[in-house]
Amino acid sequence: MIKGLTPEKKAEIARKFTEAIPHCGALGMTLDDLGDGEAVMSLPYDEKLIGDPRTGVIHGGAVSALLDTCCGSAVMSHPNAPAITATIDLRIDYMRPATPGQKITAKATCYHVTRSVAFVRAVALDEDEGRPVATATGAFTADGDPKRRSTEISSEITGEAST
Amino acid sequence: MSQSRKRPEPVEVVKQRRDVALAGLVDGIPYVQFLGIKIERHGDELTAVLPFDEKLIGNPLLPAIHGGVTAAFLETAAVIQLSWATLWEDMESGVLDPTTLGPENMPYLPKTIDFSIDYLRSGLPRDAYARARVVRQGRRYASVHVEAWQDQRGKLYAQATGHFLMPNS
Repeated sequence: MIKGLTPEKKAEIARKFTEAIPHCGALGMTLDDLGDGEAVMSLPYDEKLIGDPRTGVIHGGAVSALLDTCCGSAVMSHPNAPAITATIDLRIDYMRPATPGQKITAKATCYHVTRSVAFVRAVALDEDEGRPVATATGAFTADGDPKRRSTEISSEITGEAST
Repeated sequence: MSQSRKRPEPVEVVKQRRDVALAGLVDGIPYVQFLGIKIERHGDELTAVLPFDEKLIGNPLLPAIHGGVTAAFLETAAVIQLSWATLWEDMESGVLDPTTLGPENMPYLPKTIDFSIDYLRSGLPRDAYARARVVRQGRRYASVHVEAWQDQRGKLYAQATGHFLMPNS
């Protein structure tokens, strides 16, 4: 969806995305890239996200929220998946604390879609991209029935008409 | 009357000590405050409460609570329960003075190794509750299970299992 668009259009889509999802707006999350089952999202560092006041490391839950949203976005952008989805399960592995002050970027890939389920994996990185902060694997709902293939959210985000 | 039985402490003293220790554990975490999570205590049993708020919404059409919020809520409930269980003995025996706890002097919290969440129902736009159980705690590692519900205790909307690295291990 986003790939191949102008930077202005991408920025607009990213803005609409966070406006459409209150929690993403509250965290300051942005959608940086999207298309063909892949999504990139980022979360700027903010003091309100701190989980350990002694070190300033952000809470694992904020990383989880970013990974969950990024995985969901990857599913919605997959050509064979519906534009609306819900998490069935999500497992997060925490490799190391994110470096305080740095932006966290998540990259998710929806690597397989059946009639009912979409399988996704994702990685969360800070500025040291060689050492992941966390990884996630998840299963998401994928209702393949075209009649129920709601594109409400995606059309709201991209400004395209529903099919 | 048995001579060996120690006279029980006044109830206010006991409550004060436990509430101060719990506040010291919870109030210093900015992200927990941001989500608005409160911890209720009955004896040593804790219930995490997540009052509904617009900013927690992840799907505005349904509307439903964001899956990431649910993940964070359950993880918080697990970490607090695990720290609380560790803190309890030191606090009750007098080894630890709970008034020394606070944002600048937080007890070292367990580190999450992994966290696996089952989303059983969509999170409705209302308050959510979670209770965690330490299934196994060793010297270095712990395994914790969490259940979360909204209107009915018997109808879970999410559950999770997490593994944690204990502090000072």
